[in-house]
Amino acid sequence: MSEYTKPLPKPSPTSRPFWDAAKRHQLMLQRCGACGQFIYYPRDRCPNCFADELKWQRASGLGKVYSYTVVHRASSRHFMEPYILAIVELDEGPKMTTNIVADPRAVHVDMPVAVYFDDVTPDRTLVKFKAA
Amino acid sequence: MSIKAKAAAIGIGELKPLKEPGDNTALGLMAKVTAEAIADAGLEKKDIDGFLVGVPFADPGFIYPASAAEVLGLHLKMLNQVDIGGASPAGMIWRAAAAIDAGMCNAVLCLVADLNRRGDQRPPTVSVMREFEAPYGNIGANCGYAMIAHRHMFEYSTKPEQMAKVAVDQRTNALKNPLATFNDKPLTISDVLNSRMIVDPLHIFEIVSPVSGGAAVIVASPEVAKRAKHPPVWLLGAGEYCNHSSITYAPSLTESPIKIAADSAFKMAGLKPKDMQLVCPYDCYTITVIVTLEDAGFCKKGQGGPFVAEHDLTYKGDFPCNTHGGQLSFGQPGLAGGMSHVTEMIRQLMGRGGERQVKNASLGYVNGNGGIMSEQVGLVMERRS
Repeated sequence: MSEYTKPLPKPSPTSRPFWDAAKRHQLMLQRCGACGQFIYYPRDRCPNCFADELKWQRASGLGKVYSYTVVHRASSRHFMEPYILAIVELDEGPKMTTNIVADPRAVHVDMPVAVYFDDVTPDRTLVKFKAA
Repeated sequence: MSIKAKAAAIGIGELKPLKEPGDNTALGLMAKVTAEAIADAGLEKKDIDGFLVGVPFADPGFIYPASAAEVLGLHLKMLNQVDIGGASPAGMIWRAAAAIDAGMCNAVLCLVADLNRRGDQRPPTVSVMREFEAPYGNIGANCGYAMIAHRHMFEYSTKPEQMAKVAVDQRTNALKNPLATFNDKPLTISDVLNSRMIVDPLHIFEIVSPVSGGAAVIVASPEVAKRAKHPPVWLLGAGEYCNHSSITYAPSLTESPIKIAADSAFKMAGLKPKDMQLVCPYDCYTITVIVTLEDAGFCKKGQGGPFVAEHDLTYKGDFPCNTHGGQLSFGQPGLAGGMSHVTEMIRQLMGRGGERQVKNASLGYVNGNGGIMSEQVGLVMERRS
């Protein structure tokens, strides 16, 4: 098995629950107890109302492609093969930077997608999406 | 309170970008453009008492402004670094005017230079960008603008050939700019659309090329401006706005923070977009120009594609835009790429546009853009006769 050379997330105390859940193949989001908003990426306070009442909640894992690009030539030597970078708008509201695992010709804006957990290393799982 | 007409740009220095950095140093290029700008203003180095500088990727460091000032032999009453990405140069202009209006200093050197060397490591991004963007390959600026372009195409039916037109007209401008990196042959829409696809839907001719270079502008008080060699170009209005860093977390991909920055600038100036005779919008990509023209109010939201297709954006056209060629043809010497829009506006309003001079241009709008449509600065500038 070839070594994984792409950048890996280094969880912070704030984000560790998100990555730990991803490893269990669960998509967890923070939700603000004061204003009700779902939050991505993890914060210490709600970026909307700034209340200190964030709680973790399991998300549906469903969303739509808000936009995407097929990267034919990346700005990083770690990404040599063409790949699909996307912004997915989750049904719960937040947007996520992610990858779509699909044939590039099949991807389009507004495409319904479902979460796909990519266990890129024994320790780390990235949260990606596939056609729903 | 307003900084309307409280300070003027009186001198510029700008290097022809170098494709290869050679033996140059970033500090060396800074010295070269500083000397050029001071001479252009008709001042002496001892007249400079304010300093705003961008930190070069080629030679970054802690406590940068004092170190660069020491190298240049400047003694200063105000100094700072401006770190708002590609918007830094435009952001320097209003910060200089504000410092002058506050009585802190009288002549501010706004300075940017950088080298594009293969293998240089860029300073690390902030932890959240490394954690939630880089693992998915959202690295560099290309991807974000490609996603803006796709969403714009989806929402407003913007066409690839409309985006390509921006690069084509700006190249026509560059053919009359001896300083431009790409000024040897014209481009056609099919040249652009047949060029290599880098980040779908953006082709290589729609993306800036990194080069080495530098630029400087001197902003002065009304008192100092009286001694200037060339007609002063007054800052009439300025606005700034930022509501995201990664484009993923922007409120919208297609409606940028430019709207608030530009509206603020026009309001301060007491003018409207239609009063402008020249527009120099930051152009890291073709789509950037289209979104800027919409959000700054030069056309309706979503109509940027048809607008650039139907108007002649050249120096002799009905909507002169980036008459220096834009960064797309001038090249992007680090932050000096963003200064090229400012220097071109000053040059044109002073009447020093040479073969590409826009007739009777006395009012213009500059847009500075940082990151992925993140930091935005709008400037309204005027030569008063």
